[in-house]
Amino acid sequence: MSRQAFFRPLLGLLAGAALLLPACRPGTSPESAADKPLPMLGFPTVVAPGDTLFPRIPAFSLLDQDSAVVTPATFAGKVYIADFFFATCPSICPKMQSQMLRVYEKYKDDPRVGFLSHTIDPEHDTLPVLRDYAQRLGVPTAKQWHFATAPRDTIFRLAGQYMVAAQRDSTAPGGAVHSGAFVLVDPQRHVRGQYDGVNEKEVDRLLAELPRLLKEVGPAPATARK
Amino acid sequence: MAAVVSLQLMLRTAAALLAGAAVLSACFTDRQNEGQRLYASHCASCHGEQGEGLRRLMPPLAGSDYLGKHRAELPCLIRRGQKGPIVVSGVTYDQVMPAHEDLTDSQITNLLNYVHNAWGNQGPKHTIREVSQLLEACQGSDGR
Repeated sequence: MSRQAFFRPLLGLLAGAALLLPACRPGTSPESAADKPLPMLGFPTVVAPGDTLFPRIPAFSLLDQDSAVVTPATFAGKVYIADFFFATCPSICPKMQSQMLRVYEKYKDDPRVGFLSHTIDPEHDTLPVLRDYAQRLGVPTAKQWHFATAPRDTIFRLAGQYMVAAQRDSTAPGGAVHSGAFVLVDPQRHVRGQYDGVNEKEVDRLLAELPRLLKEVGPAPATARK
Repeated sequence: MAAVVSLQLMLRTAAALLAGAAVLSACFTDRQNEGQRLYASHCASCHGEQGEGLRRLMPPLAGSDYLGKHRAELPCLIRRGQKGPIVVSGVTYDQVMPAHEDLTDSQITNLLNYVHNAWGNQGPKHTIREVSQLLEACQGSDGR
């Protein structure tokens, strides 16, 4: 067998491998991925050809730990991150809130970013309880991070609209089961990202994707930039 | 012929060894580092992976003065949970800690001994017998 005949299949293999390798890379190059807008999540409604509507968080009215009303207008012109918790939750909530604190610490005083934690146990989590909880967590006022309550039905309906699973379960520790999802919402109230709030890597992804969404909002005011 | 015998002997020895191993494995339970594993599954979500606690919400276990000061109450605290204000290293915490009826006395012992000696803690260890006795205070001993 000539040397050439021996190498030919090898060359073919190498060429084949080279073709396969790009498939191992996640999508496009990191630069263009970072420039791409975040997708809109949820089932779209096609109104007309070329006119597709993605679901938006409907109007809501909640009360936060400073007894202030929280509505979509509270987050006008901002992006916000929503989650669902309860103060006496012994399972995933402390972990979630410690991860949310990472995001909060990074965007503290950036007026473009809001935080909204809904209690799913409004019977126990009264305004004073929420206020105490927030302060103990190191959130002195509701200026940026709202710990909010509403009648139970309202909260659970909202959870569904954020595409977060939450329900009462007397057999679960603390009396409710819920997912630890963080939901990223844009100024038009589209859901733009979902992240597992108990998973540090997922929250790293949120920290990486949040700046991409903030590009749609505009630059941070000079005073707030860190 | 000799070869056949020695082969048979080898097979028999192997079979005997295997049977022995099967019996023995029942003696060795998977309980090495049980305290650490129980901590990760039952405690770390609130008290932190490094026992650091969470701000003023969840009390720390690393470097906590509570472990030494209330040493005799710890088994019942784990068994029955804890409610109401509690002062740890000078800070008042007020959260609900769930009860752990699912743990055996020996599991509570392993858990406590892990906490007493993790993250720079240097507390004396408990024996299972001691923990069972301490659990009598809250009728919480399951004798296992």
